[in-house]
Amino acid sequence: MPRDRLIKLATIGIAAGAFSALFGVGGGTVIVPLLIFWLAYGERQATATSLSAIVIIGAAAAAGHGLYGNVDLGNAVLLAGPAVIGVVIGVSLQQRIPERVVSLLFAALLIGVAVELIVP
Amino acid sequence: MAELLTALFALIGGAIGGVLGVGGGIVFVPALAIILGEPQLQAEATSLLAIVPVAIVGTWRQHRHGNVRVRDGLLIGVLAVPGVVIGVIVANAVSERALELGFAGLMLFVASQLIRRALRGEKPPPAPPADSS
Repeated sequence: MPRDRLIKLATIGIAAGAFSALFGVGGGTVIVPLLIFWLAYGERQATATSLSAIVIIGAAAAAGHGLYGNVDLGNAVLLAGPAVIGVVIGVSLQQRIPERVVSLLFAALLIGVAVELIVP
Repeated sequence: MAELLTALFALIGGAIGGVLGVGGGIVFVPALAIILGEPQLQAEATSLLAIVPVAIVGTWRQHRHGNVRVRDGLLIGVLAVPGVVIGVIVANAVSERALELGFAGLMLFVASQLIRRALRGEKPPPAPPADSS
C-alpha cells in the first residue's frame, strides 16, 4: 500500500476514534465524507467500509468507557435489538432509494434534537 | 411507554445507520439522554455498546452487495484505537454540560453537511477499482 494512502487511512482512523469516544457515536460522520473526498470512494463503498471500521471503533470505545463504569448494559440491549432490524432495512433501502431524500429527513431530525439539547 | 419510544428511535437509528453508513449513535445518544433521562456521559457510553451489533450486521449485509473494502475498514478501525483512548479520557474529564453542547454542535454540523450535499446533488468521484483484499 502506498505510504500516502496509509497516512490518510491513519488520519481518518485517529480522528474517527477520538470523535467516537468523545461523543458516543461510531465515527461514521467523519469516516464517510473523508473516504469520499480523500480516497475517491463511491457513496455505497464509503458507507459500507465505514460500518466495518465502526465494529472495531465502537467495541474499543465501549470497552474504554466500560472501565469507567459508564455503560448501561440493559439500555444497550434495549437499543441494539430494534436497531439491528433497522440496519438490515436501511442497507436494503440504500440500494434502491435516492440518498438525498434520506439525507434531508435526517438533517431535519438532527436539528430538532440539537435544539432540544441546547435549551437547558 | 418510554421504553417503547426508545425502541422506535433505535429502529430509526439503525435504519439511518444502514443508509448513511454510521452506527446510529447520533440517534441513540439523544434517545437515551432525552427519553430515558440518562446523563450525557452514560448515554454516550451505552450508545457505543449498542453500535457494535448494528455495525456488525450492517457490514455483513453490505458485504453481500460487494461494497465493503475489508482491508481499508480494518486499517481505519485498528488505527483509530489511539484516538479512542484520547476521546475516553477527555469525555470523562469534562463536564456534562460541555459534552451536551459539544454533541449538539456535532449534530448541527452533520445536519449542515447533509443538507449541503443533498442540495448540491453532486455525484461523488468515481470509485477506483476495488482492491484485492
